[in-house]
Amino acid sequence: MKHNQIKLIAAVALGVSLGFIACKPKNVGDAISSDAAAKAYVAPGKYDQFYNFVSGGFSGQMSVYGLPSGRLLRVIPVFSVDPEKGWGYSEETKPMLNTSHGIVPWDDLHHTELSQTNGEIDGRWVFGNANNTPRVARIDLKTFRTAEIIELPNSSGNHSSPFITENTEYVVAGTRFSVPPDNVNGDVPINSYKKNFKGTISFISVSKEDGNMDIAFQIQCPGVNFDLSHSGKGKSTGWFFFSCYNTEQANTLLEVNASQRDKDFIMAVNWKKAEEYIKAGKGRKQSVKYAHNTYSDKTHSATSTIKTEVTVLDAKDFKDLCYFIPCPKSPHGCDVDPTGEYIVGSGKLAALIPVFSFDKIQKAITAKDYAGEYDGIPVIKYESALYGEVKKPGLGPLHTEFDGKGFAYTTFFVSSEVVKWNIQDLKVVDRVPTYYSVGHLCIPGGDTKKPNAKYLIAYNKITKDRYLPTGPELAQSAQLFDISGDKMQLILDFPTIGEPHYAQAVSADLIKGNSVKFFKIEDNANPYVSKGEGTTKVVRSGNKVDIYMTCIRSHFSPDNIEGIRAGDEVYFHVTNLEQDWDVPHGFAIKGANNAELLIMPGETQTLKWVAEKPGMFPFYCTDFCSALHQEMQGYLRVSPVGSTVPLLFSTGKNLPPAEAATAPATGDKK
Amino acid sequence: MIGLQGHLKLKIVIPTEMIKGEFHLAIKNNKNKQMKKLMIIGLLALFAAACGGGNSGEKTANHEKSEAESAGGNPSYDPNRGEGKFKSVEVGATLNAPMAEAGGKIYAVKCSSCHKTTEEKLVGPGWKGVTSRHQAPWIMNFITNTDEMINKDPKAQAQLEICLVRMPNQNLADNDARSLLEFMRRNDGIK
Repeated sequence: MKHNQIKLIAAVALGVSLGFIACKPKNVGDAISSDAAAKAYVAPGKYDQFYNFVSGGFSGQMSVYGLPSGRLLRVIPVFSVDPEKGWGYSEETKPMLNTSHGIVPWDDLHHTELSQTNGEIDGRWVFGNANNTPRVARIDLKTFRTAEIIELPNSSGNHSSPFITENTEYVVAGTRFSVPPDNVNGDVPINSYKKNFKGTISFISVSKEDGNMDIAFQIQCPGVNFDLSHSGKGKSTGWFFFSCYNTEQANTLLEVNASQRDKDFIMAVNWKKAEEYIKAGKGRKQSVKYAHNTYSDKTHSATSTIKTEVTVLDAKDFKDLCYFIPCPKSPHGCDVDPTGEYIVGSGKLAALIPVFSFDKIQKAITAKDYAGEYDGIPVIKYESALYGEVKKPGLGPLHTEFDGKGFAYTTFFVSSEVVKWNIQDLKVVDRVPTYYSVGHLCIPGGDTKKPNAKYLIAYNKITKDRYLPTGPELAQSAQLFDISGDKMQLILDFPTIGEPHYAQAVSADLIKGNSVKFFKIEDNANPYVSKGEGTTKVVRSGNKVDIYMTCIRSHFSPDNIEGIRAGDEVYFHVTNLEQDWDVPHGFAIKGANNAELLIMPGETQTLKWVAEKPGMFPFYCTDFCSALHQEMQGYLRVSPVGSTVPLLFSTGKNLPPAEAATAPATGDKK
Repeated sequence: MIGLQGHLKLKIVIPTEMIKGEFHLAIKNNKNKQMKKLMIIGLLALFAAACGGGNSGEKTANHEKSEAESAGGNPSYDPNRGEGKFKSVEVGATLNAPMAEAGGKIYAVKCSSCHKTTEEKLVGPGWKGVTSRHQAPWIMNFITNTDEMINKDPKAQAQLEICLVRMPNQNLADNDARSLLEFMRRNDGIK
């Protein structure tokens, strides 16, 4: 009896301890050293060393963090509406979200990429991609605002984007879903994939002066799923590398059916060659429909233009344009080291990391050392392109960044760790656990010629027990590692918005001095600007009423408006007359079915508001602006349809009470 | 320590309203620099000691409005000139009409929301008589270096107590400021 009891207790104890061990990630005790807090500490009032531009994933926005503190500095609205900032709600910003499908108020922003000159980050712009309704956005880092969005025809699921060439000549976009091209009837059986579906990659040119984007050309490729990409650099200048999976060309249950082949591909594209063909008129004009939207800091408004043509090169017609390189097990990350010699493929299901050599690829091409063709495109022999394999690095490699000191850092989703390895001898030199299931990672400049490798940030997909519970949904965690020494050292966890995918970071010195503090009111060219209270007015034309309004600490002008009738479409054109930093004014009116306005100093923004029914509608400033902010308010009176109440507007006038004005009760029961 | 304070006047100016702005720590002393340094260290030590001693009530250094000395009492501060880049301003005996005209345009955009050209106070004081109440450099400094003047200048501070809204810095270029002054002069009857 006693013996049995002991056995039972021992079994329970063993079970409990096993359970405990199983739940705890390995090395949790060693993960944080005592000086971690000091390393991530930025004293109040002090600036961070780095800006970190983090994709907002399914929030559709881009967030900006300071490093090493992990402080959230700003959320930049990009592809999703943001009522807080009036983005997508003000008349001026609505066209930014226009597409060939009309206004699209949400998207999924996966990757960020900072503009480069000579392969180094230049701090001018940051690009983001829309994964769902394929688009690329350019954000101006003088204003931290989305300046331009371009839609991509012949695409569905713009995933391998917005990666750029060394001088930001091009931003690329590869379709995740192959689909029938836009100029043919897409109403075909889904299982005709192999026959009808094509994969398109786009090269979007970026103007050196103003960043203006234009689709220079597209390359039509076999129907596969394009996943990620990176530009060649240094010796591989002029080349671009795209990973792709589903070379099985499955159209259902891809989880199983697209994992059949031992190897999929990395596609090497000679874009300099593509430029030559385009110049020689070898491209075919294809009729399509896509939106190109730009935002002007002069008119403080966006313009959307629908474009109708792209130039397409068919990959199979040009034997020296695209080459497939076999890459094990559904490659995801496709990363090029700072010298441009090594291309690292990461097979999501692989237990090794293949490293390809640009020199060997060139030799193989010259020697036509091909294993065959895939849909008319040469397939280079795996061994002929391979520099070597990192053996047993971990499970499920996803993405790699570089430190410029000869090391690569690869994330492993399945084994939940970051692994540091030597690019030359392919030996693993360090590994750290992440909490949990890391996706992308970022080293400042980690995909450029000149990494600034002080920190590494891991963006995790699973949070579980890292933060206080907040119901079923948790903020996804980012983790900051100090990588200045031989060993990676975890120093901070911080929460993110949406789901962070790729991110980029750059020394703050490159950006902070260029930040715009306010817009010059003299330069405001919005057609509805009021330059001074003397120019404010209310203009009726039919049932449309334009209210030209100003705001300054702390009043609106006009702030009493009468003579509006039920059913009127009222446009509040609000100009902020302030000319100082950090003094936006907000504008909100009762019953607005859209959002507020947040108007930067010197800017004009417009809110559309429909007068629903007679009554009194107050409006007020939403952004605390001065001691008398709470006094910053006004009234708009709405009279019935056909009312003869004259159109009146004023500020600061103490008019005698109109007639004998007691409001008649309309809703009282007698 | 108290004796030392007699030599070193420390003034911490905190805006009485909630405002997005900077706090200025103005140390005024005409003793030699070495002495000043020592005293700063001493005073800081005093603050540190107060904090270390658990005195974390409302009267911490940051919230206390220390009325050590008014700026007017500092011999290095010229209350007629104000604080700013303008030491002297050349003003003609007669009006520069084109300049006043230009100033009127700036007034309409950047100033008229809060200032009338009569004596009537709107958000800020009316402009009638402003050129006789203040000297030209003071006006120029005030409209171009607004925050610092409000933090420092006794007349500006007295005005703030009446208006309760800190005048926004409207980022006027030097020549804009000069044009505005000419507009004020015209408004005050200079021909």
